[in-house]
Amino acid sequence: MIDGFIALYIFMLAAFTGYEVIARVPVILHTPLMSGSNFVHGIVLVGAMVAMGRAEGTLELVIAFVGVVLAAGNAVGGYAVTERMLEMFKSSKGKR
Amino acid sequence: MGSLGAGTLVQASYFIAAALFILGLKRMSSPVTARGGIVWAGVGMVVATLITFLTPGMENYGLMTVAIAIGGILAWVTGRRVAMTDMPQMIALYNGMGGGAAGAIAAVELFAGEAHGAAVLTLGVLGGIIGAVSFSGSLIAFGKLQGLIKRSIRFRGQNFVNVAVLAVTLAAGSAIVVQSGGSVEIVTVLFVLALLLGVTMTLPIGGADMPVVISLYNALTGLAVAFEGFVLDNAAMIIAGTVVGSAGTLLTQLMAKAMNRSLANVLFSGFGESAAAGAATGPGGALKAIDTADVAVMLGFSEKVIVVPGYGMAVAQAQHKVWELCQALIARGVAVKFAIHPVAGRMPGHMNVLLAEAGVPYDLIYDEGEINAEFETADVALVIGANDVVNPSARTDKSSPIYGMPILNADKAKNVIVIKRGQGTGFSGVENALFYLDHARMLYGDGQAKAAELVQAVKTL
Repeated sequence: MIDGFIALYIFMLAAFTGYEVIARVPVILHTPLMSGSNFVHGIVLVGAMVAMGRAEGTLELVIAFVGVVLAAGNAVGGYAVTERMLEMFKSSKGKR
Repeated sequence: MGSLGAGTLVQASYFIAAALFILGLKRMSSPVTARGGIVWAGVGMVVATLITFLTPGMENYGLMTVAIAIGGILAWVTGRRVAMTDMPQMIALYNGMGGGAAGAIAAVELFAGEAHGAAVLTLGVLGGIIGAVSFSGSLIAFGKLQGLIKRSIRFRGQNFVNVAVLAVTLAAGSAIVVQSGGSVEIVTVLFVLALLLGVTMTLPIGGADMPVVISLYNALTGLAVAFEGFVLDNAAMIIAGTVVGSAGTLLTQLMAKAMNRSLANVLFSGFGESAAAGAATGPGGALKAIDTADVAVMLGFSEKVIVVPGYGMAVAQAQHKVWELCQALIARGVAVKFAIHPVAGRMPGHMNVLLAEAGVPYDLIYDEGEINAEFETADVALVIGANDVVNPSARTDKSSPIYGMPILNADKAKNVIVIKRGQGTGFSGVENALFYLDHARMLYGDGQAKAAELVQAVKTL
C-alpha cells in the first residue's frame, strides 16, 4: 500500500515536520520534549501487536510477546513521566 | 464488519494518531499549551492501540492483552513513583524498551521469513540493528545514571573494537538481505552483535555526557520504529518514528552544543582525560567564607537578586527551600529572577522541571541568552550548587578544558554568593575562578539547610 517513492515522500515530509516542530522550542522544555517524543515512538506498540498477531511457533511468539511488553512499557511509561513533568509548569500569573 | 471495513478503520485510526502526535508535539513546544500537548498525543496512542485489535487476520489476542497489561502496569507504577531528579534515567529506560520492541518486530519478521523486497528487507534489518543498539545502549545509560554501573570502562583500541563489531553486524545484515532472508543462526548472530555494540559503545561514555547519549538513542529508536513501519506497511509508525528521529537528532545537537562538545567528541572520547590536563593551573587568591546572617542582610536589602541553581541544589533537595527564600525576598520587594544554564541539571531543561516541581513559576526563569546582560545590574548573584556553568575561565582561559563553553556571567554581578557543600570541583574537575574573585563569598554547607537558615534570617530582618 505504501510503495516506493510515496514511502520516500512520507519519510522526507515527516522528517522536516519533526525538525520544524522542535526548532523553535525554548530550552526550558527540552527535557519534557525529549520525554514527549520518547512517548510518541511508543507507537511501536501497534507494530508489535501486529507482529504478535501474525506470529507462529514458540520462538516467534516469545519474541513478539517480549516486544509487546517492551512497547507497552515505552508508551505508558513515556506518557506517565511526560505528563508528570508538564503538569508542574505554572505561570506566576495564576491560571495556566 | 467485513475485513475491508475493519482494515479501513485501522488505517483511519493511524491517520488520526499521526495527526494527533504532530499536533501534540507542537503544543508541547510552549509551556502554556504543553500539558494539553501530551494529552492529545495520548489520545492518539489510545485510539491507535484499541483499533489495532480489529486488524484483520490476527491471532493470540489473549497473550497480547496480557503482554500489554504487564508492560503497561509496570511502566505506569514506576513512572508515577520516580523522583524528578531521576527523570533522565527513566526516559532512557522507556526509550530502550521502545528500541527493544522495534528489534523484536524485526526479529519476528526475519524468523518468520516473510517475503519482502530487497529494499524493505534492508530497512527491516537496519531497523532491527538500530533498535537493538538503542535497547542495550539505553539500558547501560540507565545503569550508569542510576548508579548501578559506577565506572566508565575504557580500554585501548576501544573505538577499533566498536568499528569491528559494527562491520561484522553490517556484514551479517547484508548476508540476510542478499539471501532474501536468513537462517535462524545468522539472524541470531545479527541481534547478539547489535546488542553487544550498544553495550561497548555506551560503556566508555561518562555520566556527564549521558543525557546527550540518551537523546541520541531516543532519535535512533524513532528511526528504528519508522524502518519497521515500512516493513509492516504501517503509516503511523513511519510518520511518528520519523518525526521523533529528526526531532531527536536536532535535540541531540542542541544539547551537545550547549555543552560545547561535538557529538563525535561525546561518542568517541571519554571525558575526564582532557579535563585533567587543565586542572593543574588553579586560579590564585583565597576563598572567602561568609556566614548566614550576613548573606541574609545582603539579600534582604538588595533591589535585584539573580539565583543561579545547579544540579547540586537538586541533589541537596534544596529547591523548595530556595523558592521559599525567594518568596520571602519578593515579599520584601526584591526583584528575583532565576538564571538557568542550558546544561544545568542532568540534561537541558531538567533544572526547569526541578524548579517547576518546587512551584517556581516559569516566567521567573530565564535562560543564559536572555539574562546574561542583566547580571551587571544585579546586586547579588546567588549561586547554589552550580559550578562549571558559572566559571569565567570559559571566557578567558584558553588552556581550560571548558574554554568556549557559554556560561552564565554571574561574575558580573555586584556581589556573588556561592552556597556550596565543600571545596570540590565540578563535573569537569576544573577549579572555578569565580569563587576566588574579590566580590565573591562562599557560604559552606548543605544547600537545603543553608537555604532554610536564610529563610528564617531574612524573615527576621
